[in-house]
Amino acid sequence: MSLELRGVHKDFGGVEVLHGVDLAGRPGEVLAVVGANGAGKSTLIKILSGALSMSAGEMWMDGERVGLRSPHDAHARGIRTVYQELTLVAQLSVTENLLMGNFPRRAGLIDWPAAHRRAGELLEEAGFGAIDPRTLAGRLSVARQQMVEIAKALVSRPRVLILDEPSAVLAGSDLDALFALIRRLQEQGVLIIYVSHRLAEVLDLATSIVVIKDGRVIETTEPARTGEDELIRLMAGRRLEQIYPGRRTERGEASLTVTGLTREGEFEDVSFTLHAGEIVGLFGLVGSGRSELARCVFGAEPAGAGEVRLPGGAGDFRTPGEAIAAGLALVTEDRKRSGLVLGMTVRDNIALTTLHSTRRGPLIDAARQRRDVTEMIDRLNIQPAHCASMAVVNLSGGNQQKAVLAKWLLVGPRVLILDEPTRGVDMATRVDIYRMIDELAREGLSVLLISSDLTEVLGATDRVLVMNQGRISGELRSDQTTEDEILAYSIGLTV
Amino acid sequence: MTGQLTNTRRYPRLVLGGRDLTVEVVFVTLVVLLVAVAASTSDTFLTQTNLTNLLKQMVTTGLLAFGMLVVILTGGIDLSVGSVVAFSGILSAGLVSGLPLPVAIVAGLAAGIVFGLINGTLVARFGLAPFVVTLAALTTIRGLAFVYSEVPISPENESFLTLGSAMVGPIPLSTVIMLAVFLVGGVFLTRTPAGRSIVAIGGNAETVRLAGINVRKHVILAYAISGACAGLAGVILASRVGIAQPSVGVAFELDAIAACVIGGASLAGGRGSAKATFGGVLVLVLINNLLNLYGVQSFWQQVLKGLIIIAVILVQRTNRART
Repeated sequence: MSLELRGVHKDFGGVEVLHGVDLAGRPGEVLAVVGANGAGKSTLIKILSGALSMSAGEMWMDGERVGLRSPHDAHARGIRTVYQELTLVAQLSVTENLLMGNFPRRAGLIDWPAAHRRAGELLEEAGFGAIDPRTLAGRLSVARQQMVEIAKALVSRPRVLILDEPSAVLAGSDLDALFALIRRLQEQGVLIIYVSHRLAEVLDLATSIVVIKDGRVIETTEPARTGEDELIRLMAGRRLEQIYPGRRTERGEASLTVTGLTREGEFEDVSFTLHAGEIVGLFGLVGSGRSELARCVFGAEPAGAGEVRLPGGAGDFRTPGEAIAAGLALVTEDRKRSGLVLGMTVRDNIALTTLHSTRRGPLIDAARQRRDVTEMIDRLNIQPAHCASMAVVNLSGGNQQKAVLAKWLLVGPRVLILDEPTRGVDMATRVDIYRMIDELAREGLSVLLISSDLTEVLGATDRVLVMNQGRISGELRSDQTTEDEILAYSIGLTV
Repeated sequence: MTGQLTNTRRYPRLVLGGRDLTVEVVFVTLVVLLVAVAASTSDTFLTQTNLTNLLKQMVTTGLLAFGMLVVILTGGIDLSVGSVVAFSGILSAGLVSGLPLPVAIVAGLAAGIVFGLINGTLVARFGLAPFVVTLAALTTIRGLAFVYSEVPISPENESFLTLGSAMVGPIPLSTVIMLAVFLVGGVFLTRTPAGRSIVAIGGNAETVRLAGINVRKHVILAYAISGACAGLAGVILASRVGIAQPSVGVAFELDAIAACVIGGASLAGGRGSAKATFGGVLVLVLINNLLNLYGVQSFWQQVLKGLIIIAVILVQRTNRART
């Protein structure tokens, strides 16, 4: 089906965020939409999927003008959207999530064997046959849940499929399965609208690329006519080599030593040492145990065996509070679930880690808190600049991430653990974050950067630890290794 | 779930000097309206007897509502408060015949705190559902009240009655105590580390835990505060009525929850304020008083109250849909 947007405007409370967007896609096309966070991509997607209505403009499908009033309208017209946020019901099986209301019946009752069979077929068809339809959705890894989301969108055989950052949580063979699926759908004549921050895959998959900046389409191009460099320049006005600050290691004293750390079913016999002034990458595929390791070091989960030591004797933290007191900070991978209190203001969120230490008598020292928070907002360039009393949920993704970072910098850590700090974050904010990490390291902080983005792991660190199935499978110097080598260690191939 | 945003409409907000005063304006308007209707339609409403009565009646609901608010902010609920009212009341009335008055009062209050600590520990330490824990506490504590005394106790010590009947100028002492609880409680929730922690826990307990804050301790504290408020309410109620009954306080928790909800508190936790809850108490008590003055039959009063609560919440809801 062909789909076209003409002159779409959208304003929120008088603030216009889309200023006349034109977009056109034909059956069998993969239309990639790229742009910095806050450029208007999410708004555009929500308009296409009926979740938001446009303030002005037209939408045409197969030569007919349509007005979508709800996601339901969009479904009826064959438009399906897979959002970044997972929407599966964790307590229900994969089968129930997939078939949701369309169960095969026998004598009025649900025919479970047939239902599981049907769900299995659907997963197989989508190329995700490895997932057992009987599993509870909540038991699956985030990557697998994402795959079920995609399979669910395909149940009704959509003619337009919108994918919002589908690859953000996928890696390795999962990613290959997704790309193969997209190519198959393309052959079947489905129009795919693909939003991603990963430019390499955009260039690989797309038939045409639309670059959005500040609510406008500033370029419509094709992979053959452009490259990663040009896209970045268009999106952010920056060159690739300007993304990562050049690292020059000035390694200081050991700042954190982990010895033989083990937690059953998650990771085993992990040992490493961080040094002051050093940025160490921790690369591993989803499910390799890296996030669990970070949480355990931080005292958020108990360890089964092993030791965590800081110079001066502190270590083996039983609560995050102890770890923070000793100079650790952890930016978790899921800022909505464990990084922010979404209903609270930016100030309340940034002040959370110092809530109990910023007091005068029994009360919070409001003046000092205000000053500290404002300083952090300035230092990290959180936008809008006067956001302290705004609800944090109203910030863009990149700025939310900066707010989380601000919260942790406020405690003045000596060891900073960052778990996927740039996931779903736009290029401009990424550059800010890399520069901030680099600055902190130069001031003598140790940084452990957990990431599944190979370019990032190579570009932003001094040293890379690679994890595979809960064990450290390799340690490499960032300036002497390659993406291929890191990947090989991460899937257990020893080079 | 930004992904599931539906089409949004905007509602007018009342902003003055950079502060959003919508909540205040809504409640002041509502209360003024209720008072105006009451004053113009009933001869008895503005009499001193009725007004004093009104001020005394709001004490129990007010105290329970503040305690309930603190628990609701953590994302929990305390169904046991009505039973605690009965137990604390009968305990202090019983003790006052042999012990000094302050001891009896403190004992009633302490009993409430102990029940709250037990509730909080079961919820925070053992991870049990607040609804289930406090439902069990509701029946257990009610039973204990009857175990303590099957029959009502009229305290022999006359001084016991002062707490419920003394006046500070034109205002009953008990009302002053309740107002003080809201005042101090409001400061606690907005300006102390513990208060902010409690609000944040209801918003996202995992984030708070990872920020190094002891979540369990604060949840237990919230239930202890609710218990203390219920204990205090029980002692004051027994003192006002002049007789402590083991059967008093049935369904009191419902009015307390209603006041919080009318005040815009979210039962999911993380949202609600002392100020707005106090507004909820006023609205609830005024409605009760008004229906009494009109001589509406008590069963119809319940029906009307239910409908009014739904209406107020619907208005709140549409008002909040703005973001």
